[in-house]
Amino acid sequence: MEMPKPDTDLLARKPQIVARLREVLPRDAVIDDPNETRAYECDALSAYRCQPLAVVLPRTTAEVAAALKLLHEMGVPVVPRGAGTSLAGGSMPQADSVVMGLARMNAVLEVDYENRFIRVEAGRTNLSVTGAVEADGWFYAPDPSSQLACAISGNIGMNSGGAHCLKYGVTTNNLLGVTLVTMEGEVIEVGGAYLDAGGLDLLGLICGSEGQLGIVTEATLKILPKPEGARPVLIGFNSNEVAGACVADIIRAGILPVAIEFMDRPCIVATEAFCHAGYPDCESLLIVECEGSAAEIDEQIGLIRQIAAAHEPVEFREAQSADEAARIWLGRKSAFGAMGQINDYMCLDGTIPVSELPFVLRRIGELSKEFGLDVANVFHAGDGNMHPLILYNANTPGDMERCEKLGAEILKLCVEAGGCLTGEHGVGVEKRDLMDVQFAPADLEAQMRVKDVFDPKWLLNPAKVFPLGASASRRAS
Amino acid sequence: MRVESEAQLAEAIRDAGGALAVRGGGTRPVGRSLGAPLEVGISGITLYEPGALTLVVGAGTPLAEVEAALAAEGQRLPFEPANWGGVLGVSGESTVGGVVAANVSGPRRVQAGACRDSLIGVRFVDGRGTVIKNGGRVMKNVTGYDLVKLMAGSWGTLGVMSEVAFKLLPAAPAQTTLVLDLPAGAAQPALAAALGSPFDVSGAGWLPGQGAVVRIEGLSESVEYRVGRLEALLAPFGPVRIERDAASAAIWASLRDLEPFIGKPGDLWRLSVKPSEAPGIVARLGGEVMLDWGGGLIWALLPEGSDARALAAPYSGHATCMRGSAGVVFEPEPAPIAALSASLRAQFDPRGILNPGRMG
Ligand SMILES: Cc1cc2nc3c(=O)[nH]c(=O)nc-3n(C[C@H](O)[C@H](O)[C@H](O)COP(=O)(O)OP(=O)(O)OC[C@H]3O[C@@H](n4cnc5c(N)ncnc54)[C@H](O)[C@@H]3O)c2cc1C
Repeated sequence: MEMPKPDTDLLARKPQIVARLREVLPRDAVIDDPNETRAYECDALSAYRCQPLAVVLPRTTAEVAAALKLLHEMGVPVVPRGAGTSLAGGSMPQADSVVMGLARMNAVLEVDYENRFIRVEAGRTNLSVTGAVEADGWFYAPDPSSQLACAISGNIGMNSGGAHCLKYGVTTNNLLGVTLVTMEGEVIEVGGAYLDAGGLDLLGLICGSEGQLGIVTEATLKILPKPEGARPVLIGFNSNEVAGACVADIIRAGILPVAIEFMDRPCIVATEAFCHAGYPDCESLLIVECEGSAAEIDEQIGLIRQIAAAHEPVEFREAQSADEAARIWLGRKSAFGAMGQINDYMCLDGTIPVSELPFVLRRIGELSKEFGLDVANVFHAGDGNMHPLILYNANTPGDMERCEKLGAEILKLCVEAGGCLTGEHGVGVEKRDLMDVQFAPADLEAQMRVKDVFDPKWLLNPAKVFPLGASASRRAS
Repeated sequence: MRVESEAQLAEAIRDAGGALAVRGGGTRPVGRSLGAPLEVGISGITLYEPGALTLVVGAGTPLAEVEAALAAEGQRLPFEPANWGGVLGVSGESTVGGVVAANVSGPRRVQAGACRDSLIGVRFVDGRGTVIKNGGRVMKNVTGYDLVKLMAGSWGTLGVMSEVAFKLLPAAPAQTTLVLDLPAGAAQPALAAALGSPFDVSGAGWLPGQGAVVRIEGLSESVEYRVGRLEALLAPFGPVRIERDAASAAIWASLRDLEPFIGKPGDLWRLSVKPSEAPGIVARLGGEVMLDWGGGLIWALLPEGSDARALAAPYSGHATCMRGSAGVVFEPEPAPIAALSASLRAQFDPRGILNPGRMG
């Protein structure tokens, strides 16, 4: 993976840049000691690391604005950061940049049940947004597996999803408004506690823009009353094809569960060894979760049972208690951890049309043999968002490169099958150089023109999302 | 001029000597329309996969054709697009591209999201005549910037869509409406109570001749159960009447298409606000109103020449003059937002030929 050559002039001016930042920010908000900035040298795509010039940790929107205004004036690139859990290198610094971290901005600003929203500072973690309203019977729907750690600002940056987005949508569908600070340091309010934009949908544009259009400091989020209950079923199958067909049949039957999760044999075996969830010995399994009152759940699960029966499942297990429900979810929730136990792994995130599931899984199996690397599959089957995990050994020379090549092949396969490179993790640096597999030059040009509008000097997270060749002239100017 | 393929559309825009007034079926004549008519007749369903809940369709395809195809498979567009032809006093057939360009969402907006939330892909031609695609045909996609959302509600001012893709929902086998005989100004607290319950309300509004209405959809036993619970919950607001299936559907079609206002004189305004502001705004507006989205959407029929913004103030959100004589059709934007929007238009349409001035 290539990064642009750092601007040596900026590197040389580090002391002045830090001194100027200290003029506008409190002392403890500017970090430049390399021992301390090391904590920010990577995100969850930890194979790639780079120390920034400095890190700033503002406490208010005004501080964000003051720092940006200054950095804009000095022509210093800025890398926005929430909690740094990006799996795409989205919050990885570049050497001549200042990282702007939102971790200290985590307050709840307003809770309004009558109008069903919460307004928070954007550094607040995803789970603690639900935490703020849970006792009153409400929740914030998007639930990335990283929700304990990841911040709302990062969720907005990546337009993150979660296991329950089949019913509730992803971040963009639950976002009502943001306070955005532009690179020039101007504070603007976009959207608010009402629905849909009067003019152009700038909010929709900002969500998922990977920190390239502005710094989000506050967010108005939709909250929902908690359903009365939820219950998962686990269905085991003898082949991936049959499991895929069962997913399509459930959807066609008009049932919309809140989640349909899929795991294949390698993943089942690894998680069993790791957490002993008691999963059946089978080729693939589905976890389907239904919500509502006990009787409503019975009605839905009854229908799912009928549909599954036609596909001759190896096992159909319905949770009879909270404890059994937790055991059904246990393996799924530990899947990434389990993989990490046996090996290093790379987590892909392409989406495919659900109808292509059997074909794509077969093809991934073939590619895995060709490259001599195991691939385990665990993903959100209801919406076709796949997470193939490629297992490799970082200590074996050449393994990492082979893994990256295989990853690229699998993502190309997703695009060929009618899907896309990334369903929820974002492009970052990881998929940046594959963008022209999915997009024609004119498509990318249109997107870069949007960045020209918000950040004419291309200072915000400039080396991400667009292939370096495509963005070169803009970054240079 | 009428174009029937994306290539023709691109050529028409490239060769245009001046402003183009872009239209689908011409059923949403909101805002100024200047220039030579350009009618998008790119029609037909390109791909429909019921098992994947996805549809890809030419932007000029009649909405009715799409809805019929989906109904045949027991599915539907989640956002319940309205037909404004009646109330705006125009005939003609609404097209899917027009629905997207105006981001038209009906009562189910409160539960299933807006048109922009169901839209997963677009192909469009920008003001240079370049074909651009964004999004795709899968429901989860964060690859690059979301120009899909930007196109929804851009009223043809950034580009002219040739093809759009939606995610769909299964149609609900049963629906029931709870009706409370309340005046418009008193409806919002009851609607908020319903929307704040765990019973998955799919519509919450107020219309003349009925009162406050709350809709439940889904599997029949589940609908019965939730209606029972809601009836108890809403009892403190007054007696509750129950309307099932066809009678229920008729109420929502009437609210969605603003049937009570059809043929009536006056200016028609649409305000999107914070729901709890509705009672105050309704009182200040005077005139006839209908409410949707739990009070967050106010439709007001006012005497000709009224300035709904001045009457309704203060409110958060925005007001649009859908039919009438107001000089400023769309809500004026704060300077920084207006500047960003103007720059975006200049980037996508540097000659300023696509529906110039349509959004004010
Ligand atoms: C174990 C694990 C499980 C995961 N599971 C999921 C999952 O289920 N679903 C999912 O979608 N993702 C998942 N992720 C990925 C990751 O957690 C998400 O992308 C998350 O939203 C990132 O949030 P963050 O606060 O860590 O953001 P960061 O990594 O700090 O930043 C993410 C992006 O947002 C930008 N950004 C951050 N703050 C701002 C700001 N204030 N203004 C503008 N831009 C900003 C950054 O520049 C960067 O481009 C997972 C990651 C891990 C490690």
